[in-house]
Amino acid sequence: MPGKKTGRGRLAAHFWNRLMLYIELMRMEFVNNLAYRTTYFTGIFNYSIQIGAYFFLWDSIYAGRKVLGGLNKEEMITYLIVAWVVRSFYFSNLDRRVAVEIRDGKIALELIRPYSYQMVKYARAFGEAVFRILFFALPAGALIYLIRPFGLPASWQNGLVFLLTMLGSFAITAQISMLAGFLAFFTRSASGIYRAKRVIMDLFSGLLLPISFYPDWAREIIKLFPFQVISYMPNLIYLGKISGAAALQVVMLQFFWILVLGFTGFWFWRFAVKHVVIQGG
Amino acid sequence: MKKPGLKDQITRHAVIFFHYTAQYMKTKMAYRADFFIYVLSDLLLQSVNLIFLLVVFSKVPDIKGWDRNQVLFIYGFFLVPFGFYSGFFNHLFDVPEKYVLQGEMDRVLVRPLNAWYQVVVETMNPELLVGTLAGIVIMAYSGSAMGLQLAWWDIPLALVLVLGATMIYAGVYTFLASLGFWTEGNIGLMPMVYNLSNYGRYPMTIYRGPVRFILTWILPFAFVGFYPSTVLLHRYEYIGHALLTPLVGVICFTVAYRVWTAGIRRYRGTGS
Repeated sequence: MPGKKTGRGRLAAHFWNRLMLYIELMRMEFVNNLAYRTTYFTGIFNYSIQIGAYFFLWDSIYAGRKVLGGLNKEEMITYLIVAWVVRSFYFSNLDRRVAVEIRDGKIALELIRPYSYQMVKYARAFGEAVFRILFFALPAGALIYLIRPFGLPASWQNGLVFLLTMLGSFAITAQISMLAGFLAFFTRSASGIYRAKRVIMDLFSGLLLPISFYPDWAREIIKLFPFQVISYMPNLIYLGKISGAAALQVVMLQFFWILVLGFTGFWFWRFAVKHVVIQGG
Repeated sequence: MKKPGLKDQITRHAVIFFHYTAQYMKTKMAYRADFFIYVLSDLLLQSVNLIFLLVVFSKVPDIKGWDRNQVLFIYGFFLVPFGFYSGFFNHLFDVPEKYVLQGEMDRVLVRPLNAWYQVVVETMNPELLVGTLAGIVIMAYSGSAMGLQLAWWDIPLALVLVLGATMIYAGVYTFLASLGFWTEGNIGLMPMVYNLSNYGRYPMTIYRGPVRFILTWILPFAFVGFYPSTVLLHRYEYIGHALLTPLVGVICFTVAYRVWTAGIRRYRGTGS
């Protein structure tokens, strides 16, 4: 049946079109950021100072002690540096951007455009993240490595899976950020949302403390949320504490959360947009 | 015309402060819920450090000879001048962009009131003093947990030390803001200094030689938290440093204020 065939062809063309659109958006955002690359260099310095505070702290916490929360001192230092450096890649301010568009009413304009609002935002955010890995994370990592050498991935397989989980961390962080931004549909207190999100992410993703440091009851609660696959588990893969099949399970777990959050985002978006219409009418 | 006396000057500044605060509260009360959420979330942001310390001390008894309650006490003390800083001096970072580059300083300078004072009261966020309160609560909690007995001189000493520490903050940020008169725009030093100021909330014993030296004698953030708090928790190995706090504050602020005045003299407006 020729009609069906062209239908399928059209569908493929449609997806191809979309893909090209998102790649183009990614490229645009990357190029946009290039204009600001010098400000990133002072940023790297600042970031290193911040990491330095935690370095001194952990260095002293481990003074005269062998293993805490399943990590020895060198592992902890590596954990800390890797966690912060990688954060500069997956970090997301989508919540802020989305909330501002909602507050200023720009979102109405976005609603009439023939593309998926969320996908456009993710594509641009990824373009920026790629920029940050080249102009921030890598130089920052290199600079810190020169000042204080830290451990490299436990094995090349672990390194590879770790790189894969970085993409997952980016996706999940962006999705959580997007959902937090959508809350601006319901409240004007956007700054409260950013801060609450930041606190939760910093504490429960394992960025500040390995999850193994928390008491059992807290760990049980954290397990129910997607946070620990953002930083804690990928870092353990880097350190070789999680390897082989278990490491791939972390990737699967990330994938699971990406689906759950994607579905939540889709549903929440539709619900919120309806809500806006009601507000406007 | 007779020059107004010191007492009149103080009353005048206090009255103006009161008016600015009233005005500020009016703008904030327009979005009441927003405002309270903002204040609460600021406390939440600070609580991250507290949770960090509590979790770490559930695993170890001490950090370089400082036990849980002592480290909490130091952190609590740190929050007190930090609250004054975030309430009144944090927005001095607006000076290079907003006041110099965009020429807002023109407006400030034609008014018959000290320019520095005007900038401070225009940009203040007094609600962030809630951090100061949180710090006092943490000090009271950790103080009683370690069985600290208040001596008669503790409270007046604490006031003097907090004043000194606040002047250090005021001095450092006034100095950085004044650089804006020369650079005409931001040079990105403020976030760096802010990150360094956070080093002051932990015992200096955790830092190695050069870092400790910088925090003591160059950007004296060791005096906004660690040194002064040690005397208040009755450990006296740093009493010499601790008692220097007010002096360091006065020097810091005097130098910074001179740079500020020199900057004002240099200021020529935006020319449009």
